[in-house]
Amino acid sequence: MLLSSRSELRTLLIFAAVVLMMPIWLLPLGAAYPDLLQKFAIFGIFVIGYNLFFGLTGYLSFGHATFLGVGSYAAVWCFKLLTVNVLPAIVFGILVSGFFAAVIGFICLRRSGIYFSILTLALAQMCYSLAYSVLTPITNGETSLQMEAHDARLLDSWIAPHVGDGLPITHLFGIPMSGYPGFYFCAVILIISFWFSIRIFNSPFGLQLRAIKSNQERMQYSGYNTRIYLFSAFLISGMYAGLAGSLMAAIDPLAGAERMQWTASGEVVLMTILGGVGTLIGPMLGVGVIKYFENIFSSYNHDALLESFSFLPQPLAEALTFVVSPFVGEGWHLTLGILFMLVVIFLPGGIMEGVDRIRARFSRHKQPQQTEQTT
Amino acid sequence: MDAFILQLLNGLDKGGAYALIALGLTLVFGTLGVVNFAHGALFMLGAFCAVTLQKILTLSQKVKDESITFFDAYKEQPYLEIWFGETGTTIIEWSVPLSLLLAVPVMLTIGLAMERGLIQFFYKRTHAQQILVTFGLAIVVQEIIKSFYGANPIPMPAPPLLSGTAPIGEFLGIGDVVAYPWWRLIYLLFSFLIIGAVFLFLKYTTYGMVVRAGMQDRATVELLGINVERRFTIVFGIAAVVAGLAGVMYTPIVPPDYHMGMDFLVLSFVVVVVGGMGSLPGAVLAGFMLGILQSFASTNEVKNIFPGIDQIIIYLVAMIVLLTRPRGLLGKKGMMES
Repeated sequence: MLLSSRSELRTLLIFAAVVLMMPIWLLPLGAAYPDLLQKFAIFGIFVIGYNLFFGLTGYLSFGHATFLGVGSYAAVWCFKLLTVNVLPAIVFGILVSGFFAAVIGFICLRRSGIYFSILTLALAQMCYSLAYSVLTPITNGETSLQMEAHDARLLDSWIAPHVGDGLPITHLFGIPMSGYPGFYFCAVILIISFWFSIRIFNSPFGLQLRAIKSNQERMQYSGYNTRIYLFSAFLISGMYAGLAGSLMAAIDPLAGAERMQWTASGEVVLMTILGGVGTLIGPMLGVGVIKYFENIFSSYNHDALLESFSFLPQPLAEALTFVVSPFVGEGWHLTLGILFMLVVIFLPGGIMEGVDRIRARFSRHKQPQQTEQTT
Repeated sequence: MDAFILQLLNGLDKGGAYALIALGLTLVFGTLGVVNFAHGALFMLGAFCAVTLQKILTLSQKVKDESITFFDAYKEQPYLEIWFGETGTTIIEWSVPLSLLLAVPVMLTIGLAMERGLIQFFYKRTHAQQILVTFGLAIVVQEIIKSFYGANPIPMPAPPLLSGTAPIGEFLGIGDVVAYPWWRLIYLLFSFLIIGAVFLFLKYTTYGMVVRAGMQDRATVELLGINVERRFTIVFGIAAVVAGLAGVMYTPIVPPDYHMGMDFLVLSFVVVVVGGMGSLPGAVLAGFMLGILQSFASTNEVKNIFPGIDQIIIYLVAMIVLLTRPRGLLGKKGMMES
């Protein structure tokens, strides 16, 4: 059974339409160029996976960027050794990061709560410092792992030897993975991932995960071995992260250790929280908002600001520029931090909670008896 | 033997910093039950107290450089030197120890403001939300410091009297080969002093006794008519001061930059967890233990056998400890386990 109900089908179709039409409806916002669209899709996959674990079980993992980085490394190695077709690289990336998720999950899930968060953080930092220094033969350390002209590429050279001096381009059976084709490829995978996450949300398995979140002890008393459920969820979400990582490498065949730093893990948490933890669509909204504003904000500098305020009288424009300039450009992280704090303080359910509150308020005005709201 | 003593000192030194930060973290855990990811930022703010004081003391005026006679040359001369001559120069040289005086009130204010302004609203929220909001705060503080002081590390010299090396070997009577920087020795003593002071405060003052009682059974202490919340707020302030002072004293060892707090934070959390959540002696013990382990792991003899072990030893130990003794070395039952 691929879809269990009509509402699921509707959600999926709307989602697919919205994602595939992004190049059109993002045009007025100035965000419809392939680089950014690819980022939306890839980070979308990443947060969907993260949300499957954090959103459903409530276990705060601070090390998910590890799986993203591992997926990238695996994919680039696949490009180097086997073929520049992206499909095997993605499969390989998912498998390798799945292996890492299994090991890390096995260790960390022995503990819960704050201990779990710190364990994942510690393990992630360990993987990061290993990738950055000791494992340089595999990860190429600081300089990032890249494809090189003299790589083996066994499968490619067996089928059709690469001619010319330049590096071969990653492709999907001949379609080069850059620009719009790359975006559509990521978008299709995003839609498949989303479908999978709907299925998990609405499955008995998803319900069991949610039961763990609300009362793990009671689950255990009812005879469930909660650790197996947690472990499966962690594994799945690690594989999602690996998928996102290998897609990142497929678009741009490069893998660096900074992708695994714990601040990168923090970013995923942030996007998930901002959008709405444990909701289907929320985390994707979080990705959209953060990546979009990151793009817009960090491109502004002092002069660009002054120009955009130029419709105001001169002193006012200068004053405004003075006030705003610490928050844009280099200072984008400051804005992000403040935004994040505000969301956690006032709207712990993220954008989705905000939407629900507004909707509840409007429906209360129309039908006073229907005050029930879903958060 | 020489190398052994040096590594031991190195480790104790690093351990001192870990222990000081972990001590503050544990105090906050134990009293308020809040997981404070912004504690590293407090450490960093302390370090930047020292930077600020140095900047203030070296405010300069352009004066004519008399030593160059061919043309008009100008040099920067700090006002303090102009006004007080030699004394002024000495004050500037001793800016780092002087910053301790500045850091105490500043960090206390910051700590209290942070607790009253933000943390108090998060007592009842989940640990995940506490982590997230303090993580956000840490980012904000870090970025503010970055926008004021730039992204580059700022070198902070130790006072010249203390910047040389101490002939440790002579003290111990094993020859004069072993030498160790004075400032690092002082840092070590300083960390012992602060840790001792915190413990004495908690153990032998009435205030400390009430705080300890509140940690054990808050409801009963409240029933006795004591305002526990206010005491805990002040404990938060003390933790902030401890972290800040650790930061001030650390500046001559490693030049401070805006992300030094984050770098220490992760390790300090590991230290706290290894020591046992909520156990003050555990935090100190684990801090020194992990510092020493890390320093011995970074010797060449060890690195030749296990390359890269110095990078991961702390995390490895943390994993082993947590898997074999889930509550940490000295952790108590029922702490942060719900």
